[in-house]
Amino acid sequence: MMRYLKQFILVFVATFFVSPAIGLAASGAKLLHMDVDLSNQLSLQRGARIFVNYCTGCHSAKYMRFNRMGKDLGITDAVLQENFIFGDEKVGDTMTVAMDEDVALTFWGVAPPDLSVIARAKGPDYLYSYFKSFYIDESRPFGVNNLVFANASMPHVLWDLQGLQVLETHSIEEGENHSPTFDDLKLVTPGSQSPEEYDQTVKDLVNFLVYMGEPVSLNRKKIGYWVMLYLIIFAGLAFALKKEYWRDIH
Amino acid sequence: MANDNMIVKNLACLRDWVDDRFPLMSNWNEHLAKYYAPKNFNFWYYFGGFALLVFVIQVITGIWLTMNYKPSAAEAFASVEYIMRDVEWGWFVRYMHSTGASAFFIVIYLHMFRALLYGSYKKPRELLWLTGMALYLLLMGEAFFGYLLPWGQMSYWGAQVIISLFGAVPFVGEALAELIRGDYVVSDVTLNRFFSLHVIAFPFLIAGLIGVHILALHETGSNNPDGVEIKKNKNAEGIPVDGIPFHPYYTVKDIFGAAVFLIFFFAVVFFAPEMHVPGTQGLFLESANFIPADPLKTPEHIAPVWYFTPFYAILRAVPSIAGSAFPGVVAMGLAVSIFLLLPWLDRSPVKSWRYRGINYRIALTLFVICFLMLGWLGLQVATPLYTWMARICSVIYFLFFLTMPFYTKVDKDKPVPDRVTS
Amino acid sequence: MENQNVDKSRRRFLTAAATVVGGSGAVAVAVPFVATMTPSAKTKAIGAPVEVDISELQPGERIIQKWRGKPVWILRRTKEMLADIESQNTEVSDPGSDSSAQPNYAQNEFRALNEEYLVVIGICTHLGCSPNYVTKDSESPPASDWKGGFFCPCHGSRFDLAGRVYKGVPAPNNLVVPPYKFLTPTTLLIGEDSEVA
Repeated sequence: MMRYLKQFILVFVATFFVSPAIGLAASGAKLLHMDVDLSNQLSLQRGARIFVNYCTGCHSAKYMRFNRMGKDLGITDAVLQENFIFGDEKVGDTMTVAMDEDVALTFWGVAPPDLSVIARAKGPDYLYSYFKSFYIDESRPFGVNNLVFANASMPHVLWDLQGLQVLETHSIEEGENHSPTFDDLKLVTPGSQSPEEYDQTVKDLVNFLVYMGEPVSLNRKKIGYWVMLYLIIFAGLAFALKKEYWRDIH
Repeated sequence: MANDNMIVKNLACLRDWVDDRFPLMSNWNEHLAKYYAPKNFNFWYYFGGFALLVFVIQVITGIWLTMNYKPSAAEAFASVEYIMRDVEWGWFVRYMHSTGASAFFIVIYLHMFRALLYGSYKKPRELLWLTGMALYLLLMGEAFFGYLLPWGQMSYWGAQVIISLFGAVPFVGEALAELIRGDYVVSDVTLNRFFSLHVIAFPFLIAGLIGVHILALHETGSNNPDGVEIKKNKNAEGIPVDGIPFHPYYTVKDIFGAAVFLIFFFAVVFFAPEMHVPGTQGLFLESANFIPADPLKTPEHIAPVWYFTPFYAILRAVPSIAGSAFPGVVAMGLAVSIFLLLPWLDRSPVKSWRYRGINYRIALTLFVICFLMLGWLGLQVATPLYTWMARICSVIYFLFFLTMPFYTKVDKDKPVPDRVTS
Repeated sequence: MENQNVDKSRRRFLTAAATVVGGSGAVAVAVPFVATMTPSAKTKAIGAPVEVDISELQPGERIIQKWRGKPVWILRRTKEMLADIESQNTEVSDPGSDSSAQPNYAQNEFRALNEEYLVVIGICTHLGCSPNYVTKDSESPPASDWKGGFFCPCHGSRFDLAGRVYKGVPAPNNLVVPPYKFLTPTTLLIGEDSEVA
C-alpha cells in the first residue's frame, strides 16, 4: 500500500514540475513580454493614431465607438472628427471598415478579423511579438512572413516605420534542430524610426489594443478599491454583531 | 417614543392581519426563529448559505443581462460586447454573472466536500443528499447551456464536443445529438433553445429544488462536525440542548460569512474577471471565447471550463473500445452519478471525519487529491504521461466508491460522544 | 440560554449600524442596475442630431424627419399661413406658449427660430398619437372655419399651423419644439442648437 502511495505522490509532484516545460515546447517561438500600461494616456493616444492610420483600412473595430474612445483617452469630438475619422462617420459611430468583406476575401483569402477584442483573444505579449517579428520571405504573397504567426496573410503594414528584417537561418543549415527565435531576426533595411522608437510605437499600439478590448479596464480597478473598502468595513461590523450575539452561547 | 410605539403597534397589527390569512409566523418560527441548529457549526457550514447567495446573484444579474442579450447566432457575440461597452455598467452585471458561474461551482464543491467530511449524506439525510445531487446535476446543465450563449469559439466548440458525447451512445446516439442540437451542427437553432432552457426552465427547476432541499434539511435537522444527532438530547421543553435558534445566531453569523465571501467575489469581478492563472487561457473567461464562433475552425487547444474538467479528464482517460468513445462517456456519466449511491455505500456507523478510522481518512484524502489532479489534468493538452496519470487518478476515484462498503465496515472508528464538542 | 448580563444597548447599536451600512450597500449596488436601463451609447448614437436638407421644400409643404425615433415635422409657411396663425391667437389655449415645451428662441407667436419654418415634434401632447396635417382647403375640415393645422385622430385634439393647441380639446399643451439650428439657410440640424446650456 505505502509503496503505491509513494509512487503516486512522485507522479503527482512530477506533474507540476514537468508541465511548464511541456507547455513551452508546444508553443513554438517564445513570445516577447511587454508590460501593458493603461495609465499612460499619451501612449494610448499615440496608439489610437497608429490604429486609425495603419489598421482600420482593412480591419474594423465594430464594437468601439469613436466618442467612447475620445472620452476615455481625452480627445475632443472636434479632434476625433478631424484626425481620427476619415470616412463620413460620426463621432457616435463604431469603427467600421471601408473595405467590402467580399473584396477582402478575394484580396487576402481571408476576411481581416475585427480587432475590437483581439487583445483579449490573443494577449498583449502575442501582439507585441507579432508586430516585431515580420521578416522578408519572397515565397509569401506580400513578401513577408511572421515568426509568431507563421504564414500570416497580412502584409507588414508598419514596415515604413520599422524597416525590413531577415530571418538568419544559419543554425538550421548547420543541421541543428533549432526553431527560429527573435535573436535570428536582423534588420537589413532601416525604417523611418530607430529600433527604440519602433519598439515604443508597437508598445503604444498594443496598449491601445488592450484598452480597446475592454474600455472599462481604465476604471474597473479604481471602482474595485472602493468596493473592497466598503466590504471590509461591513464585514468588520458584521463580525462585531456576530460576536455580540454569540456571547449568549459561549 | 410614543410615536415609535405607535409604529410598532401598527406593524404588529399588520403582521397579525397577514398571519390570519397566511402562515407567516409559523413559517418564520419553523425555519428561522425556532429552527434549532447545532451550536457547533464550523467553517464548512457557510457554503450552503453562500450557494443560496450566489443563486440569487445569478438570477438578478441574469434578468438584467437578458434585457440586452440577443439569442441569435448573428447577434449574440455582438450583443455581449454591446453589454460590455455601450450599456452603462453592463460590464459590471456581466462580470458578476460570469464570476458567479464559477463561484457557484466552487461553493457547491466545498458544500459537497463538507458532506463527505462529516457524513451529512448518511441516514437519516439520504433524501437531503439526493436532492442536493439533483441540484448539482441541474447546475451542470444550467452552466452548460449558459456557456454557449456568448457564442465565442469556446462556447461553440465546447457545446459541440459535449453534445457529441451523446452521439457516442450506441444506436440512438446520432439521433439523440440531433435532437439536442435541433440541427446537424451546433447552430442558431441550438443557441435559441439553450437560451430558453438557461433562462427559464432550469432556473425554475433549481429554485423549486432548492426549496425541497431546505425543507428536507429542516425535517431531519442539520448535521454537524461531530456527526451527533442533537435531536436525541432534548430538554423538558423539547428543545435540543445542543441546538440554538437559527435566527438570530446563524443569521448574523451567515451575514458575516456572506460579507467575507463577497470580498473574494468582488475581488474577482473588479481585479481578475478572466481569472488569468498562468498556464491557463483564463479560467473564468477564456481568451478563445473572445473570438466569435466559427463553425469551420476549431481552436487549437480546447478544454471545458474548469468546473467540468475532472470528469472530462476521466472521459479522456478511458481508451476507446472497438472504435467507440462510448466507454469513456459511460465512465464520465458514472463518475458524476456514483455520488448518488454514497448513502448506501458507506457502511460505517460513524458520520464525522473526527471519529472515523484510518481507512476512510486515507480514502477521502486520496479521493480529494485525485479529484483535484483530474481537474488540473483536464485543462492540459493530453500527453501520454498525462493520460496515464489521469488513468491512475480515475481508478482511485472509482475505487473510493466501489470499495467503500468494505473499508468503511472494517474501519477502526473512534467512540462518538453523546453531546457536541466545543 | 439567554444571558443575564446582555448589553442590550450595544446589541441594538450594532444591529442598527449593520442595517444602515448593509442597507446603503444594497442601495449602492442597485444604482448600477438601474443605470443599465438608461439609454445606451448605441441608443444615444442613433439618437444623434440629424441634418435635413430643406432646399427642395416648397412653401406650404410639410416633410417628416425621424429624430430619436420620433416624427419631426418641418413645415414651410407662406405669408398667408402666418396671417392665419395670427388670426387664431384668441382661439388657442396657450398663445404665448408659456406652459409649453420649446427652446427659448421658439417661444414666440410662430414658435420658430425663423418664422418661415415650423419645426415641431409631431406627437400629440395628450397621449402620444401623431396628428395629421390638414390643410385649410381640406374637404373635411376637423372644425368649422378651419385655417389649416393638425388634427389628432385618436382623441380629436386640434393644433394650428404653429403647433398651438386649440381650446376645448383633450391635449393640454402646444406641440413640443425640439432644439434645432440652421447650419446653412437651407440645411437644418435637428437635435442640437447654438444656445449655451
